[in-house]
Amino acid sequence: MTARGTGGRTLGDTADTSSRSGPASALIPVLTVTISLLGLCLLWSLAANAWPSRAFPGPGQVWQVLLREAASGDLFYHLGATLGRVAAAYVVAMIVGSVIGILLGSHRGADRFFSPWVILFLNIPALVVIVLAYIWFGLNEVAAIGAVAVNKIPNVVVTMREGARALDPRYAEMAAIYRFGPLERVRHILLPQLQPYLAAASRSGIALIWKIVLVVELLGRSNGVGFQIYLYFQLFDVAAILAYTLAFVAVMLVIELLLVQPVERHATRWRRRPA
Amino acid sequence: MQPVGAAVPLRVDIAEKTFRSAQGVSVTALKDLSFEVRQGEFACLLGPSGCGKTTTLRILLGLDRQFSGSFQLPEGGSNRVAAVFQEPTLLPWRTVEQNVRLALPKDLRAKNLDGLFDTLGLAGMRSFYPAELSLGLARRAALARAFATEPAMLFLDEPFVSLDGRTAEQLRRLLLTVWSARPTTALMVTHNLTEALTLSDRIIVLAPRPAHVLGIFDVRLPRQHRSPQAISDLLRSFHQKFPGVI
Ligand SMILES: Nc1ncnc2c1ncn2[C@@H]1O[C@H](COP(=O)(O)OP(=O)(O)O)[C@@H](O)[C@H]1O
Ligand SMILES: [Mg+2]
Repeated sequence: MTARGTGGRTLGDTADTSSRSGPASALIPVLTVTISLLGLCLLWSLAANAWPSRAFPGPGQVWQVLLREAASGDLFYHLGATLGRVAAAYVVAMIVGSVIGILLGSHRGADRFFSPWVILFLNIPALVVIVLAYIWFGLNEVAAIGAVAVNKIPNVVVTMREGARALDPRYAEMAAIYRFGPLERVRHILLPQLQPYLAAASRSGIALIWKIVLVVELLGRSNGVGFQIYLYFQLFDVAAILAYTLAFVAVMLVIELLLVQPVERHATRWRRRPA
Repeated sequence: MQPVGAAVPLRVDIAEKTFRSAQGVSVTALKDLSFEVRQGEFACLLGPSGCGKTTTLRILLGLDRQFSGSFQLPEGGSNRVAAVFQEPTLLPWRTVEQNVRLALPKDLRAKNLDGLFDTLGLAGMRSFYPAELSLGLARRAALARAFATEPAMLFLDEPFVSLDGRTAEQLRRLLLTVWSARPTTALMVTHNLTEALTLSDRIIVLAPRPAHVLGIFDVRLPRQHRSPQAISDLLRSFHQKFPGVI
């Protein structure tokens, strides 16, 4: 689901062309998604009725648990804890990974030297990093978030290094001639060129990070969705496990729809009106 | 308006510029290239394709420091230089107006650009993104950016190539209009003799690679008198002075 590539419209005037496709056409994808999800629920419900078991609850039961956990406030407490860790790890990984990636992408010698390190870190299993972080730094929040970030940083480095290699020197030369300041260069020359790479790194980043955060919580935290899933695993309470999982997936989808996609549309608005 | 800046002319004295490729092949692009452009003068650097004109401009713009020799830029006013490249090199993610304003020094950022945009026929396109402009319009935006900065020295690198004849002609007239409003020391690269005779006060004729100066052709006739007939007379006397060039 990328926001890009909706181009191909012809130019009329300076007015926003996206307002021309009315609200009716915007509803069709929403409708399709809703029907598709309802279909999945129906299938699930039929299957749960065909093989009734405590280990395979139907959507109704999961919904009941969800309501119960929401009413007690537990759901929001644990969702919030996990979300906070996802956000912190995401910010750390994006900043550190981007800086390293841009440096490697613009210094060939450094890149040749550090490339094996990047490959090494790319291939260390997430679990190993988490376990080592807890052993070395203790069962605390910094170790947890750091471990998640370290798992993600090599991916960001690789993507941003690609972006830095693709930078067009003509823009930097123009900026030099017209004496852009350092901040202006970052804002108007560097970031817009890196934007597609930042978007790619963000996208794969969030998906990866929240899955790793659950493992971190399971191994060494006393709150969060991962902790709850571990708890209900010991109780063999599949309905609760599914309730927490689906709630968190829903939160991540809402973030994607309300935050990531609008930001990306804003950043790529200049692409969508070709001459 | 008064000619701004420049008690000092543009003085170029490049001893040598050699490109060395990774495979060890070396190409000497410039050799003993020296010339001057007086203050407030519009000069053309005329030479065949591949003789080293762009290389010269890149050195003067400070984009290439691997050369032996020296040069001196005109001073005065903002002490800034401006350039219009072969490619318009507008930032695709900024509007036409933002592209122009970003190039301005801080104290001019808020300046009124209505007159300049009007003259260049860009008044209705200030909020367009470069991808929405034709090449001719993008070149005009690049001209607007260069002139808006009120530079002490203006460099132009074949700003009219790959345009159809009429658009190029129109753009030349626009260039003269904005330049006459504020005569700035200017050096324009071209391999089009007629264009050089139409626009410039003096033509610096370059030899094929490695570029050095073959001679200077001064065009003393005021620009408003350069009719097609006058240009063809100028062409004839140019060919008498530089037989076999171009
Ligand atoms: N970066 C470069 N590396 C190697 N050779 C170059 C480079 N830039 C230009 N040259 C060579 O220098 C010569 C002059 O090029 P240029 O200044 O672009 O010519 P023009 O007069 O057409 O603008 C050409 O032969 C070109 O092949
Ligand atoms: Mg050239």
